Amino acid sequence: MTSPAAPSSFPSGLPSSPGAHVRAVHDDFHGDLLEVSMGPHHPSTHGVFRMIVTLDGERIVRLKPVFGYLHRNHEKLGEQTTYLASMPYTDRLDYLNSMTNNWAYAIAVEKLAGQAVPERAEYVRVILAELTRLLNHTCLAGFLLQDTGCSGTPLMYAFREREKILDLFESLSGSRMMCNFQRFGGCRLDPTPEWLAAVRQLVDGYGRFLDEFEALISGNEIVMARTQGTGVLTPALAISAGVTGPMLRATGVDYDLRKVDGYGVYPRFEFRVPLGAHGDTYDRYMIRILEMRESIQILRQALRDLPAGPILDPKAKNRGFRPKPGEAYGRIEGPKGEIGFYLISDGSPNPFRYRVRPPSFVNLTILEDMCLGQTVADAVIILGSIDIVLGEVDR
Amino acid sequence: MSMSESASTPATSGPASQEGFSPTQQERDELRRHGILLTSLEELYNWGRSNSVWPLNFGLACCAIEMIAASMARFDIARFGSEVFRPSPRQADLLIVSGTVTKKMAPQVIRLWNQMPEPKYCIAMGACAISGGPFKQGYNVLKGIDRYLPVDIYIPGCPPRPEALLHGLMQLQAQIRGQKLTGPDRPRHLRADTGCAYPVPEFGAHDLEPPANPEVWQAPSLPRSG
Amino acid sequence: MESLEQIRERLLARFPDAALTVIANPGPAGQPSLLVGSPHAASIAAFLRDDPALRLDYCSNVTGVDWPDREVVETIKRTVPPPPPAAPADPSAPPVTPKVIEEKVKRHIPGYFEVVYHLYSMALKHGPVILRTRTADRTDPASLPSLTPIWRACEFQEREVYDLFGIRFTGHPDLRRILMWDEFKDYPMRKDYVEPDDYEWEPTPHGAVLDKARRHYPAPPESR
Repeated sequence: MTSPAAPSSFPSGLPSSPGAHVRAVHDDFHGDLLEVSMGPHHPSTHGVFRMIVTLDGERIVRLKPVFGYLHRNHEKLGEQTTYLASMPYTDRLDYLNSMTNNWAYAIAVEKLAGQAVPERAEYVRVILAELTRLLNHTCLAGFLLQDTGCSGTPLMYAFREREKILDLFESLSGSRMMCNFQRFGGCRLDPTPEWLAAVRQLVDGYGRFLDEFEALISGNEIVMARTQGTGVLTPALAISAGVTGPMLRATGVDYDLRKVDGYGVYPRFEFRVPLGAHGDTYDRYMIRILEMRESIQILRQALRDLPAGPILDPKAKNRGFRPKPGEAYGRIEGPKGEIGFYLISDGSPNPFRYRVRPPSFVNLTILEDMCLGQTVADAVIILGSIDIVLGEVDR
Repeated sequence: MSMSESASTPATSGPASQEGFSPTQQERDELRRHGILLTSLEELYNWGRSNSVWPLNFGLACCAIEMIAASMARFDIARFGSEVFRPSPRQADLLIVSGTVTKKMAPQVIRLWNQMPEPKYCIAMGACAISGGPFKQGYNVLKGIDRYLPVDIYIPGCPPRPEALLHGLMQLQAQIRGQKLTGPDRPRHLRADTGCAYPVPEFGAHDLEPPANPEVWQAPSLPRSG
Repeated sequence: MESLEQIRERLLARFPDAALTVIANPGPAGQPSLLVGSPHAASIAAFLRDDPALRLDYCSNVTGVDWPDREVVETIKRTVPPPPPAAPADPSAPPVTPKVIEEKVKRHIPGYFEVVYHLYSMALKHGPVILRTRTADRTDPASLPSLTPIWRACEFQEREVYDLFGIRFTGHPDLRRILMWDEFKDYPMRKDYVEPDDYEWEPTPHGAVLDKARRHYPAPPESR
């Protein structure tokens, strides 16, 4: 296979586009290989992600991700601010799922300080986390299909539903995306009965949206041809590489922190953990659709059983919070995988060490393994099916 | 807005003013009601440009999600003629800096800006693009894209709602409609003495070099001595 | 799952000359960790991964911690024996009680870098077991063994620790900067990192910001 003749080098001084920087590299063994830099400005890479791809014809022989274009120094800032002041920063980690980020951070701090959480707050947290999961998986399906070439329409459908959930978040917390809702020992505000009725209405209608979406997409011949068998990930590699979330379960490994750790009040709900069989892109898409259906079940149960009581532990101290020296690692099952926070306290108002364990950053470890031998177009949808958000990858 | 402006300040430019005939906005509206369109080349040109501002399909961070939301059915940026998000900077008129510009990303943003043909406009969307926002104190965060690029519209918010982006776009359209084709205050793309390329900073050992473009941005002086 | 002490006992039986210390966690989280000496870190990690009772096949979180030099003031109580009586003992005098003196002693604890690994088992669904490795001091180049050959999950996270803390991982297949650019020379997550001086005026300046600004910008001309 020979690549089309590419200029060996640009004349110096000519501004080269970062997204279209193409140069030929010579390799005695494989003939002409082509090195393409995809990103950081690339319409399909979900933000400012960059891959340096070496191609043999159209096949990928090497792929090196380049990070850091959205490295916003979360960890350094977290060490410079108080515990509570880091809560709004966690919103901006994975900016699609601020509610679950808040919860993961709250869980880590509650472990660090030995803080109890009232039962009502635990239920509200579950409701918000499952709404977030619906939101994230819906958007992901839209973006993934955008990457496969279904330009516009699935994303429009996904964002229609996203707006409904965001309206709920906004009416509860005051902000569409950056909710800043959890506190150490509970939640910031108590949801009103009207809000809960609105959630119930959304949950009742969501199954219909999924049916509609699936009728259009899941059995579509082109979608199946593009996604089935692309980007296959084996369970052994997935475990070794620390892959978590829907990506891991698509390979058939049964590991869901909602079941394994049983944090919050998740053990009280009946739900199943969908597992894939092939570990390919289609399975990863399908797992998310199935998880949304389980989320609807959890939401129904949580709304039914929501107890009365305080939303924030009366003994909880959020301002002027100084936990005793020690350390804690708290983690939850975020929509993208295990999101964890590792905190070391030295008794001062600021954490001595504030570390975010980002699921999509770790999930990217096996991007090259999944893309080798595939075409460039496949690399785009494989990346889409990993479900990355750069705010969290680079932090 | 622009029409009333050009009508009220007829002396500076425009073919109509040269003839000494300057109908008021009221008279124009009256004529339009009778099917007579009275316009100037400047007005027509700016009207056409302001309603087909094509943004670059370029997202940086959280704000990019709201930018996508603005282009979706609910907010529908197509009502303002800006739904054509171009993936290539060569085809785009508007750079929406939607999110935190890190120091690692800043050279790429400036390269994209340099590749866009004039006339081009820049919107700094969100607190991060304006000043670094909540991440201002980060070692890898650029404290505002206006250190390197000329920004036309600033949209505050973290992130700004899609409505705010639409409002910013409308402000930009008003700005475009008010531009003069001739005279000393004509815009950048009609002048011979300004280029469209801006220097791209280099990655240094500790920071970007230079840390700001002095032609675009000067450090403000301390407002108080105490 | 067995306790960390039991794991340590079994590891000592298997690796008799390994340096293993259980580091207690004073906080309520109850997550003690196991400090592993560098020479045996890789083989101990492989043992933990393959041991049928543990099967810690999943390395969740890898991170660095910078512990700068510390001065700890400790209060030490010391009993001072009574001075020997100069005159021959007077039997009628009251018995001299020994004096207790409280002394404040400054103790210098040298700094070090630490890498923390949070291990879980996906097969047996337990965890965490927390491993730590430490450098002897904070001098450059700091170097620790890489656990990427044991768990692929460490690959990018160790690169991140290298990038932000400057700890070199021996045995890492591809140790490059990951978040900052390649030309960058500093290690920004270290506690003694000094950020570039590009602070600008803020509308509501407070002390620290004003100080920085005063250093950076010329004083405004005296008016009035």
